[in-house]
Amino acid sequence: MTDSALASEPAPGALEAHAARQDSRNRWLLSLPALLIIFLFASGPLFVMVIYSFLSPGDYGNVKWDFSTDGWVNVLLQRDIFDDTLMWADAHLSIFWRSLSLSLITTVLTLIFGVPTAWFIATQRPGKREFWLFLVTVPFWTNLLVRTIAIQELIRAEGVINNVLLALHIIDEPLQMMFTDFAIGFGMTYVYLPLMVLPVYAAVEKLDFRLVEAAYDLYASRWTAFRRVILPLIKPGIIAGSILVFIPCLGAYVTPRVLGGGKNLMFGNLIELQFGAGRNWPLGAALSLTLMAIVMVALIYYVRITSREEKKDV
Amino acid sequence: MNALHSTAAPPSSAAERETAIEARGITKIFGAANGFMALDNVSVAIRRNEFFTLLGPSGCGKTTLLRVIAGFEPPTMGVLSLNGRDISQLPPNKRPVNTVFQNYALFPHMSVANNIAFGLEMLGKSKSEIKDTVTEMLKLVQMEHLRSRRTSELSGGQQQRVALARALAPKPEVLLLDEPLSALDLKLRKEMQIELKRLQHETGITFIFVTHDQEEALTMSDRIAVMSAGKILQVGSPREIYAKPAERFVANFIGESNFLNATLAGDSVTLDAGGRFTVTPPEGVADGEVSVLVRPEHASVRAGEPGAGELAVTVETIVYSGDATTLHLKLATGETFKAKQPNAPAEAGVLPAEGDSAALTIAPGAVTVLKD
Ligand SMILES: Nc1ncnc2c1ncn2[C@@H]1O[C@H](COP(=O)(O)OP(=O)(O)OP(=O)(O)O)[C@@H](O)[C@H]1O
Ligand SMILES: [Mg+2]
Repeated sequence: MTDSALASEPAPGALEAHAARQDSRNRWLLSLPALLIIFLFASGPLFVMVIYSFLSPGDYGNVKWDFSTDGWVNVLLQRDIFDDTLMWADAHLSIFWRSLSLSLITTVLTLIFGVPTAWFIATQRPGKREFWLFLVTVPFWTNLLVRTIAIQELIRAEGVINNVLLALHIIDEPLQMMFTDFAIGFGMTYVYLPLMVLPVYAAVEKLDFRLVEAAYDLYASRWTAFRRVILPLIKPGIIAGSILVFIPCLGAYVTPRVLGGGKNLMFGNLIELQFGAGRNWPLGAALSLTLMAIVMVALIYYVRITSREEKKDV
Repeated sequence: MNALHSTAAPPSSAAERETAIEARGITKIFGAANGFMALDNVSVAIRRNEFFTLLGPSGCGKTTLLRVIAGFEPPTMGVLSLNGRDISQLPPNKRPVNTVFQNYALFPHMSVANNIAFGLEMLGKSKSEIKDTVTEMLKLVQMEHLRSRRTSELSGGQQQRVALARALAPKPEVLLLDEPLSALDLKLRKEMQIELKRLQHETGITFIFVTHDQEEALTMSDRIAVMSAGKILQVGSPREIYAKPAERFVANFIGESNFLNATLAGDSVTLDAGGRFTVTPPEGVADGEVSVLVRPEHASVRAGEPGAGELAVTVETIVYSGDATTLHLKLATGETFKAKQPNAPAEAGVLPAEGDSAALTIAPGAVTVLKD
């Protein structure tokens, strides 16, 4: 009797192991919808894009099921129509460059305007913060296209800015601002500023200001306290904000389309062109994947440089 | 260690010590419109190398006074000087005063060593000097083995030591400690009390220590300032504060107290409940009705009828607390009285039972006349 009772008693740890197994099975079930959605809406289309990028363009858009690497080759190179020699696709290169540089500039501008704004809001009294945050989110209530067209109203030749400057006799003839890189940068900074303000705000709000006092107490000047204590502590917010601004900038479509006109294309417009008037879906697919790759490289690099540890121990 | 003794050997007696921090008429009003007076005309002189404690209930302005001394709060009125020099206008980073914050405020993104090095770096010390001082400080607080640990991965007691080491490293003239032990459990707290005393002794730095724990204040301090509602009520050695409290508030806040009504005539006071005692009344107390204080341990009770010099009492409750027994008594006047008797080794039948009549003896010299 005693023997069998002992034998049927679970081994030490067996109950825990059983519970853990059950737990992990349940977690699997719970994550099923998420996995399904990720597969259907992210991995699936991505897979299709990879396939398409290795096919040939159809005559009226779409693809022909002939294997070809032309889609990928054409990302950077183009074939001379007469003698078939490969040359750098200068048009593409200049678009890549514009996308990259404008995205960087926009990120820097949103940092310059966004960090002080976030700081200002986070240091208001709790009741007031909500009001300012609310103001920051107001632009999201309106369609992006409408807001972009509103910017157009500001900067076009007969727009508000030019009219005011002319009326004040600061300039004699209207400044050409529309359809320039300036217009795109201006528009993107405006559009993505909230995406910088919000994560930086969250970081500053969490900041323990007693640490700043501790720094002052230990003979740090205001600037040093900022550099050595505040900055490292709000860095996660700054990284998040920069990523949230930089990535959509790279692929921006509406803003360059409306404010840059037909000539100042960015990456997103180039891709759209291939799926539309250009009727070159494989190239469009290859460009999209290239953009993804650039974003990933940029992300990894950025996270690497910014998450570097505070300097070594003394 | 030796480098810490830059402030010269501690003078022999407290009386000869020079003043380190002097506050004159410091008033702090928060909020311009319907201002709240957190400090009300506080004047105090804190001597060099002293372990000075600010003691008082929550909200009485202890932290505010420390913050004024550290430079975080500009006083609304008054002058603050250090070694005779007016420092009221100096920002915190220009004052040779360091703080151990109540919540420690260690930099979470730095290691233990870098936390301790911070102040030294800000003072522009050389690399090798910083390294030596950090090592010395780590040794002082017995944390050498945790040098490169992140401060977020330390226990409460360890964080407290790092906070201490960080504040001591730049060798400030004055160290401010805002309830540094309040987050610790009793055992660690006792250990750290001893350690703090040792550090203060070894470094010769003036400590201004804030607590609302009266026992902590009594055991650690050279002098104590008892605060209430933004005012300093009394400054004195632990012995003075305990034995000769000037006011009812001070007596009440420190230790157990019996307050009795009495009549003062010159240097003799007669309790309403009976008994006459010789006293030295504090200045400004006129003859007539007064309040007097008797500590519970300065009175003894025995069963039986009161004889000469004894008061008749009724025993209401008896509370046993290990080392002592407290008897709650009722006097003939209806006043209540607590008497605390040390417990004798053998349980003798000396103590009366609850409900009994008994005889109370108040020791000569146990009666203190209070100002209010
Ligand atoms: N920044 C401030 N604005 C308004 N009132 C304040 C401010 N700081 C402190 N007070 C008030 O001043 C009074 C004294 O505060 P203080 O922090 O000095 O108390 P304390 O003696 O340190 O109390 P505790 O033991 O609870 O820490 C309190 O009533 C508090 O509400
Ligand atoms: Mg306090």
